[in-house]
Amino acid sequence: MLILVKKTLEAINEKIRAGEAVVLTAEEIISMVSERGIEETAATVDVVTTGTFGPMCSSGVFLNMGHPKPRIKMNNVHLNGVEAYAGLAAVDVYLGATSLPNADPANKVFPGEFNYGGGHVIEDLVAGKEILLEATAYGTDCYPRQSLEKKFRLEELPQAILFNPRNAYQNYSVAVNLSDRTIYTYMGILKPRLGNANYSTSGQLSPLLNDPYYRTIGMGSKIFLGGGVGYVAWHGTQHSPWATRSPNGVPNTGAGTLAVTGDLKQMSPQWLRGISFLGYGASLMVGIGIPIPILDEEILKFVAVSDEEIFAPVIDFSEAYPQGTGEVIGEVSYADLRKGEITIKDKVVPTAPLSSYHGARVIAGILKDWISRGEFLLSKPVFTLPCDKEGINYNGML
Amino acid sequence: MVLHFPSTVVEQPSTYHLVKDYNLMINILKANINPRKEGFIVVEISGEKQDFSAGVAFLQSRGIKVHPLEQEIVWVEERCTHCGACSVICPTGALVLERPDMKVRFIGEKCIVCEHCIKACPVRAMEARY
Repeated sequence: MLILVKKTLEAINEKIRAGEAVVLTAEEIISMVSERGIEETAATVDVVTTGTFGPMCSSGVFLNMGHPKPRIKMNNVHLNGVEAYAGLAAVDVYLGATSLPNADPANKVFPGEFNYGGGHVIEDLVAGKEILLEATAYGTDCYPRQSLEKKFRLEELPQAILFNPRNAYQNYSVAVNLSDRTIYTYMGILKPRLGNANYSTSGQLSPLLNDPYYRTIGMGSKIFLGGGVGYVAWHGTQHSPWATRSPNGVPNTGAGTLAVTGDLKQMSPQWLRGISFLGYGASLMVGIGIPIPILDEEILKFVAVSDEEIFAPVIDFSEAYPQGTGEVIGEVSYADLRKGEITIKDKVVPTAPLSSYHGARVIAGILKDWISRGEFLLSKPVFTLPCDKEGINYNGML
Repeated sequence: MVLHFPSTVVEQPSTYHLVKDYNLMINILKANINPRKEGFIVVEISGEKQDFSAGVAFLQSRGIKVHPLEQEIVWVEERCTHCGACSVICPTGALVLERPDMKVRFIGEKCIVCEHCIKACPVRAMEARY
């Protein structure tokens, strides 16, 4: 496409500092582009904000617990009964979102409830609640203490770093159940014989779906994370830029992912929520928002993508997914999914999201507000996310 | 309506009297009734207004607690993230994801207290209060 507009990030940040930046959300930009066209909009708009608020299992916190007297080299750690990983330095631990209490019955009585896990501890922690720490140690000359039990709050910890190895999946499958019994999955409860179709995305508001080739997002990108400020740390686990894409460049299956990090102490329990999936496990809902600088028309063309133009594969979670066959039943657009009904194999199937579209809207709005008021400058990534345009297929990724 | 039966009263026919003595049409939606144990019946009751009041008074005089149905399942709005997972689990459409806001709404009158939503809600924003 003809590129007439060429802005720099520095120039856009100058406008933000002056309180003059023109900022729209990824939803608002769609109607502006259809009314005014790409060129005029690209010249006018400086930043487009995106948002997503959904379950993100690959999340957790690095905590430094501080040393008691005498000092301790923690070997076995539980926070509110939930197991944390102590295989780091003496008082450093990692608490993962899906970790469970030792006594949790899991799926022994099926389907298990998973009422309290790592994600719930993280929510309680960021809400300022008192958390019980129980630690044991084998003791050393320099760290003689062998057990510790104490209550603490987030503010007392020297450090609490949210570090999520995989968040903000760029697109994801639509889950259905072709079998005769209800199944319980991380995509929710799936009723038998195509009883429902569940999806998890914010579609046209989604960060990576608005920058499909990662032209502006990469290591060091400053983002809205869990209610505060965070940064993209790396590409996330299972990042697959070579996933198949529609002619408009948007992946039509799960593709890129982000590893994100930030200081937990400035985040909010509104955007870090402990969740339970019946028959599956505990997890964490994470709110993320990423601003996209409109540097040229091509970037604008990508952020103006609408739900009608984003497609996802429908996959059977009773057999095909667990057995890893890679079989895809069909393809649907997010516009159709969001309407509440899709047609698969001649059957009208009701749909439900697991990701809060309303929450995504609110996040994009908050980020728009921060930027418009000059409180949030965009950062230039050290390098953008790895991207492979050759279109190599990698089957079985999801 | 949800009728709560104390164990002392559970073995006496009560809904029979609603029909025979108070001319009310009843439709039992759900029942958990066992001998010598507390129980409850979820029932639709229709009829003339004064018959209804008299019928309810009769039940209450027997020690049976009578509550409108929507009070039993409570949607704790402050906890709801509007993810929409519940909308496809609710069999009666009492929990809906409204377009274009994409926000969840709980319509109490449609709830039949099946309790499927309680465990389906990832943040436990649905509560059964008895």
